[in-house]
Amino acid sequence: MSETAGQQHPIGIYLKVWLLLFILSAFSYAVDLLHVEGYLRWTLILIFMFLKAGLIVTIFMHVTWERLALKYLLFAPLIAIAVLIILMAMEGDYTFMTREIFFDQ
Amino acid sequence: MTIQTDKSTSYTEPGIEGLVADWSSDRQTFDLPWGKLMMWIFLLSDTFIFSIFLTGYMNVRLSQTDNWPNPSEVFALEIAGQHLPLLLIAIMTFALITSSGTMAMAVNFAYAGNKRKTVILMTITAILGASFVGMQAFEWTKLIVEEGVRPWSNPMGAAQFGSIFFMITGFHGLHVTAGVIYLSIIARKVARGDYEKKGYAIVEITGLYWHFVDLVWVFIFAFFYLW
Repeated sequence: MSETAGQQHPIGIYLKVWLLLFILSAFSYAVDLLHVEGYLRWTLILIFMFLKAGLIVTIFMHVTWERLALKYLLFAPLIAIAVLIILMAMEGDYTFMTREIFFDQ
Repeated sequence: MTIQTDKSTSYTEPGIEGLVADWSSDRQTFDLPWGKLMMWIFLLSDTFIFSIFLTGYMNVRLSQTDNWPNPSEVFALEIAGQHLPLLLIAIMTFALITSSGTMAMAVNFAYAGNKRKTVILMTITAILGASFVGMQAFEWTKLIVEEGVRPWSNPMGAAQFGSIFFMITGFHGLHVTAGVIYLSIIARKVARGDYEKKGYAIVEITGLYWHFVDLVWVFIFAFFYLW
């Protein structure tokens, strides 16, 4: 990719992704409107979220067409975030448990 | 000190000079305009900031023993007697997604060499971004003045709700505001013809930042407003 000829793709793909993002946003809003609760709610929210995020990153931000070197640069560090989330979820559960015990006394 | 940037010799240089030579050749590692690579690295660091905010929110929400206020009700609007949950947030989401679409098209037209359409689409993107910030200002005012939400307390439940809300949406709003300013500056420079010789990679770089702001909103919308 030189500075003059950059990312160029048919305009149709942007319009399709745009439409998909609208539909997915409407779906995630519908999850709230229709009062879907519990695990189904969380699963649906996550599915729509990851689909939207994926479309934005791969198509709008052109990551699909980038070289592998850049993809690794962008995605390898995210492992650290995943580890942080797991650790903090465990820590949060633990704090909740100790608080429950403390407030019960 | 002479810095070797030629690939064939850079890996044979010993010591500090070799270290400098190895890193000097990173332009060849990433075959991109340097500004685009720098933007990607900045966005990666921003990803960490927002991830840490959202992880902190998860930790606080998991460990609190009070009732977490229901965002669907907190952000509901009453219009003509109709109770509409999360309406403003939905409109803000659509405004941001639309602006991402116009930005993607602006990048496309910039590389196609269509200056006029690029400037128009970037301006629309900036206007949509500004309207997003405006709606957010309205939302904040409503929450502070009418609902009495403060960073340290609120009438609906867990006190942590306010601090998390103001911190995360505030930081995101700051990014949108910066993006609107950034877009306006670049759109003006495109219109003036500053990039006719240099090429239009700058529009793509601006676009990366803008799409990232939209991307962060996707996560905030899911985890804060819908969860």
